[in-house]
Order: sequence, then C-alpha cells, then structure tokens
Amino acid sequence: MRYIDEFRDKNLIRSLAQRINQVMPQQPINLMEVCGTHTMSFHRFGLKRLLPSHLRLVSGPGCPVCVSDENYIDKAVAYSKIKDVIIVTFADMLRVPGSRSSLEKQRARGSDVRIVYSAWDTLRIACDNPKKTVIFLSVGFETTAPTIALSLQEARRKNLKNLLFFSSLKLIPAAMDYLLKDKRLNIQGFLCPGHVSTIIGVKSYEFIPKKYGIACCIAGFEPLDIMQGIYVLLRQIRQDRPEVINQYMRLVKRQGNKKAQAVIKKAFKITDTKWRGIGCVPKSGLKLKNEFFRFDVEKVMPLKLRGELKDKRLKLCRCGDVLKGIIQPLECPLFAKSCKPQSPQGPCMVSSEGTCHAYYKYQ
Amino acid sequence: MCLAIPLEVEKIEGDFVLVKAGGILRRVNIQMLPDVKVGDFILVHAGFAIEKINPLKAKETLDLINEIH
Repeated sequence: MRYIDEFRDKNLIRSLAQRINQVMPQQPINLMEVCGTHTMSFHRFGLKRLLPSHLRLVSGPGCPVCVSDENYIDKAVAYSKIKDVIIVTFADMLRVPGSRSSLEKQRARGSDVRIVYSAWDTLRIACDNPKKTVIFLSVGFETTAPTIALSLQEARRKNLKNLLFFSSLKLIPAAMDYLLKDKRLNIQGFLCPGHVSTIIGVKSYEFIPKKYGIACCIAGFEPLDIMQGIYVLLRQIRQDRPEVINQYMRLVKRQGNKKAQAVIKKAFKITDTKWRGIGCVPKSGLKLKNEFFRFDVEKVMPLKLRGELKDKRLKLCRCGDVLKGIIQPLECPLFAKSCKPQSPQGPCMVSSEGTCHAYYKYQ
Repeated sequence: MCLAIPLEVEKIEGDFVLVKAGGILRRVNIQMLPDVKVGDFILVHAGFAIEKINPLKAKETLDLINEIH
C-alpha cells in the first residue's frame, strides 16, 4: 500500500537501529511516547529488541478512553439506565469500568448502548429514533474534537431536538505541561503524537524545549517513522539541543490544520478537567460553548451522583502511575493476575491502546 | 483510535469524497479539508479527512532516512 510499505522497509529499519545504537549516550535515557497508537505500533512491529537496553520508552496518557474520569463513566452508566435513552459511543468505551458498572454490563441488562465509528453517525441514529433521547459520549483528543464539532454543527443545522453530547474531550499539550511539573517524572524526550499534530501543528509543542529543555519529535506511526523519531530525539539529547522536530512532515504542517482548529473553537470552550489517574489538569478539557446549551447533556439533563464505595481491588489499581510513565505495567500488583484483557480492572487494560493491554498482548 | 491510514480519493461528492478501503468504497467527510482532488491521498480519522499527504515531503522523509542508511 502506498505511503505505508515504504515506511516498513526492513533494511532501513535495521540501519536506523544501528544508528540509534551509535548515537545513544552512555547514561540511561527515558523517552515518553504520549500516544497510545505509538505504544501499540512499537510492540506490534517488535521494535523494542532493536533498541539499546538502557533506552527506555515510557507510555504516557495518550489514550482518551483510559484517561476519562471515573465519574464520567458513572454518569454515562446512570444515563444508560434512564428510559428511552440511547447511549452512543466509540467502541473502546464499552468495557471501561466505572466505580460499580460499565456500559457493557448495562447493555447486558437491557440498556440501549450503540457503537459508532464516527460522530457523524449519531445524526442518523437521532433522526431514526425521534422519540428517544440520544446521548453521544464525546471522547477523544484534538484529532477527534473537530469531527465532533462538525457533527454538532450539523445537528444544529438540522435542528435536531433529541441529540445530546456528553463531552470528555481533552487537550494533549496541556497534559504534557502538567506531567512535566511532577518531579518524579524523569524523561529526556517526547515522541509527540502524529495525528493530534496534524490538527494542532508543530508550534503547539514549542513551549516544551523552551520552558523545560526537553527534546520533542513529532513522529508518524509506521516502524520507520518511530525509529527515525527516536534517532532524532537521541541526537538532540546527545547534542544538548532540545527543540521540536517534525518527522511526520508528509502530514503535519507547522500551523496544523487551521480549518479544523477554527471548527473546534466555534463549538467548544477550554476548561479545567480531571484526567483519570492524574488529577485535575488546568485548561485541558473541551466543553460545549454556551450557545450549544440545548445539545449539552450536562445542561439539559444534569446528574448528581451519590458517593459510591470503591471496590477494594480498584484501590490497588495503579493505572495513574502507568499513565504518568512512572511505573511499567509489570510493577502494578494487579497486572496479569486479576487484571487481564478479558477481565480488566482499570482503563489501561481495557482500551486496545492502553499501555497494559499492549504489554499483555505482546510480551 | 489513531489508526488512520492514507487512502486515495476516488470521487468527490460535495462535502464528501469516496475512498477505497479494503475493496469497499467509503464515504468520508471533507469539511475540514475542502481542497482535496481526485488522486490525493488523505488521512481519514473517524469518518473525516483530517489532512492530505504531501508527496514531496513523503519523499523528503525517505531521502533523509536513506541518507542515514
């Protein structure tokens, strides 16, 4: 396939691996891959064994499902129990555990929970079910935000009366800034998410080398992209010249996709928001603007949940520290014991892009 | 969720284009990318085109990698 096969050339992968081993400093280096898809590609293509042993790739909070607050899941579950409500969601949200239940469990108990591949599909579901209230779980980062914004605008254009959006949209650079303030975090470089960057551009990361002296490289998801990204980061670290380099230049522009940015700005406002396992991150969330209030489930059908007692096992769950890159999955007491893909305890194991899921599947 | 691959634009239909994926024609929303042409390779995410491949930059990337090689 064009633009894929060329970036999987085995000879080039091997020679990049050699160069990485040559440019690798003496001291141990930790690089954080922010995006869940980088983690998956990294494992899927078996790139780890090609790298020096003292180079550690740490997975960050780049899985929007994984970092959706438990309270959000609990509210989604509560909404699913209401009569004549259809919950519409992306597939990977289905199995994420809240404090007591999940959407999958609710569906088994008779709730109407449907999966969509695109936010645009919610319009058809709302049109086809005029007597029901359709609530769309709007989860994602900057790549997904404009797709939801456009769907929201279309809902308004069509004057739909029964479609509501429940936003858990989040912004990556704000989270990176927040993580960097934690002194336990010991990383020398970021592999920045390729597709988020097509939207927000190179400029969005420039504060990182400036403010923190940490190297950044925006990389694509094919093996050659990842290897070149790592090579570029190590070279920056070796030369002590942190900056933002764009490896994914075939798709990422310096300014990003301005049309997409405008569409996001039209539909959403920036708020502080809770990231599961991390805490409240300032200016890191997107909520519907006031002018869209009649599409905002939090305004039209506000819920207040009673305090729920947490399952004892959930207390042992260390997803938070995994998401922050402070521990590896193996260091969590539940990993591969009570927490496996078929019986996930926390979000890192549930999502197909979750760090623990990737580790379990490929190691 | 970031599993997007470059797909070739076969036909343009207003705010949508048709691309071929796995032998099936899929409809993709191009409201974020209005300047696409037939033959462009676009990155599709959740039913929307978010960017199009710049062939010159793709070549430049491979040239850089080959230089290292």
